[in-house]
Amino acid sequence: MNRSLASRHTASWIGGTVTALCALIGAAILILILGYVAIAGARAINPAFLTQLPVPVGEPGGGVANGIVGTLITVAIATLLALPIGLLCALFLALFGRGWLPEAVRFLSDVLSGIPSIAIGLFAYTLLVAPFRHFSALSASVAFAILMLPIILRTSEEAIRSVPRSIREGALALGLSEFATTMRIVVPAARPAITTGLLLAIARVTGETAPLLFTAFGSQFWELNPAQPMAQLPLQVFTYAISPYESWHAQAWAGALLLIAAVFILNVLARLVLTPRTER
Amino acid sequence: MSVSRPRGDAPRRNRTAAAGDRVFLFVVNAAVGLFVLVVALLFIELVAGSWPSLHKFGFKFLWTSQWNPVTQQFGALPLIYGTLVSSLVAIVLAGVVGILAATFLAEFAPRWLARPLGFVIELLAAVPSVVFGLWGLFVLAPLVRTVIGPALQKYLGFLPIFQGPISGVGMLTAGLVLSFMILPTVTAISREVIVAVGGDLREASMSLGATKWETVARVVLPASRAGIFGAIVLALGRALGETIATTMVIGNRPQIAASLFAPSYTLASVIANEFTEANGNVYISALIELGLILFIVSFVVNAIARLLLWVVLRTRS
Repeated sequence: MNRSLASRHTASWIGGTVTALCALIGAAILILILGYVAIAGARAINPAFLTQLPVPVGEPGGGVANGIVGTLITVAIATLLALPIGLLCALFLALFGRGWLPEAVRFLSDVLSGIPSIAIGLFAYTLLVAPFRHFSALSASVAFAILMLPIILRTSEEAIRSVPRSIREGALALGLSEFATTMRIVVPAARPAITTGLLLAIARVTGETAPLLFTAFGSQFWELNPAQPMAQLPLQVFTYAISPYESWHAQAWAGALLLIAAVFILNVLARLVLTPRTER
Repeated sequence: MSVSRPRGDAPRRNRTAAAGDRVFLFVVNAAVGLFVLVVALLFIELVAGSWPSLHKFGFKFLWTSQWNPVTQQFGALPLIYGTLVSSLVAIVLAGVVGILAATFLAEFAPRWLARPLGFVIELLAAVPSVVFGLWGLFVLAPLVRTVIGPALQKYLGFLPIFQGPISGVGMLTAGLVLSFMILPTVTAISREVIVAVGGDLREASMSLGATKWETVARVVLPASRAGIFGAIVLALGRALGETIATTMVIGNRPQIAASLFAPSYTLASVIANEFTEANGNVYISALIELGLILFIVSFVVNAIARLLLWVVLRTRS
């Protein structure tokens, strides 16, 4: 510590500046990607792109309407599968679990959230595709549901835990059953935070591509039956991007813009649902 | 459930309510059982699916380097190498930038800047990987081929990792894209860990006359070492298993090359590229075994990271 005070203050200033630069780099990467996708995507996006089926290479026009609908269906089914199980597990963790089991489930859930989506896709394949020798949107929904589970589970647990104990005890003391207390008092009180978790989980799987390759598989046609292979927007972006055709690349950018817009809107919504109520 | 009710003469409504509660608790427990079953089944199905390959190649699957669908010979070494090296590049880049960014957000940034800036960086985690791949393929790869690669070769070309022809797609581009993808993980968690360091340590250091930077570099960061390491390990887990973005920019060639400019392949990319075209039991099963390797590695890596973070954040708060 025998350096002069001035040089130590300079060092401190440099340190602060370098860390600030690193934070700016992080933000700049996002802005660069967003900006590029917005510009390249906006150029190729038009009503036909949103409302028409894909066309073969060389033909003008064509769109990804079937992929948009397919993604909506697949994600909706995944949500229907994941939400009840996630919420019930969260209730267990926050209210009913005793001993080592809740901690073990929590740990398992955290570790599950780090398992690569492609491994979970393979699981859905061996469980639901291979035995039937038939790709299906449903198998993709199952893979998505597993990806959503840890997010729903942990955010809902936090939400339920933050509901004051006294409210729950009061309801029980007034003679409400455990079921009624949980479903009519505790869960509604935790609803904003649960919704936030749900939206984040939906955002997480909406752009997910890897498990779709060998579950939903994709389709060129209108296919609305979840037991069949179904078109998926992220899959279309992937296929168009690695194709050698210029016109398809443009469509890939447009699709990427749609995906990114959907995911960002979900993320911002997730924050909006939560903030006004907690700050009130 | 914990309240004991008088037996026999309980009003009818209470009895149905009690029965309802039993059903409700049963459903809750069943959901937990189902969850645990799914995780167990994940492992079991992957082992069962890779059985033919496990049986045929045994452990030499891990260290032989021939990946040849024609002769049905499968060794995962080049894929393991590609996965590890691309993740290593990503961890080095994202680690340095992410930890420093977290330091800024936690220690130096004024509140009005820290929140939006943190949000923007975390939003990077929400970008779908196929979009990262698209951007990497059409923006970053040409940049690596024409600007970044030649510059590295000019100044650091004496290192074997920066020699040879620059193809644009390859290990370096994949590592860069991966580093962008894991940056939010490193930043968000390191920030949380740094914030959790007690104020008394900071105050003691400052009151001894240390500057802000000296306090951060010699007191706060060393105190958060374990947690930051946890963040890095967690990010490593992400990078190891990332599939689509890597597949689009790594070049997809199963080879072990010293140069970061050379095309490579990763465990996840091989599955993504070859699974639907795989014919024959052994081929499919070898691909599922790659998935099993990924599953086990991520499980272990995540378990380590979670334990570290759990210990750090629990003892501090």
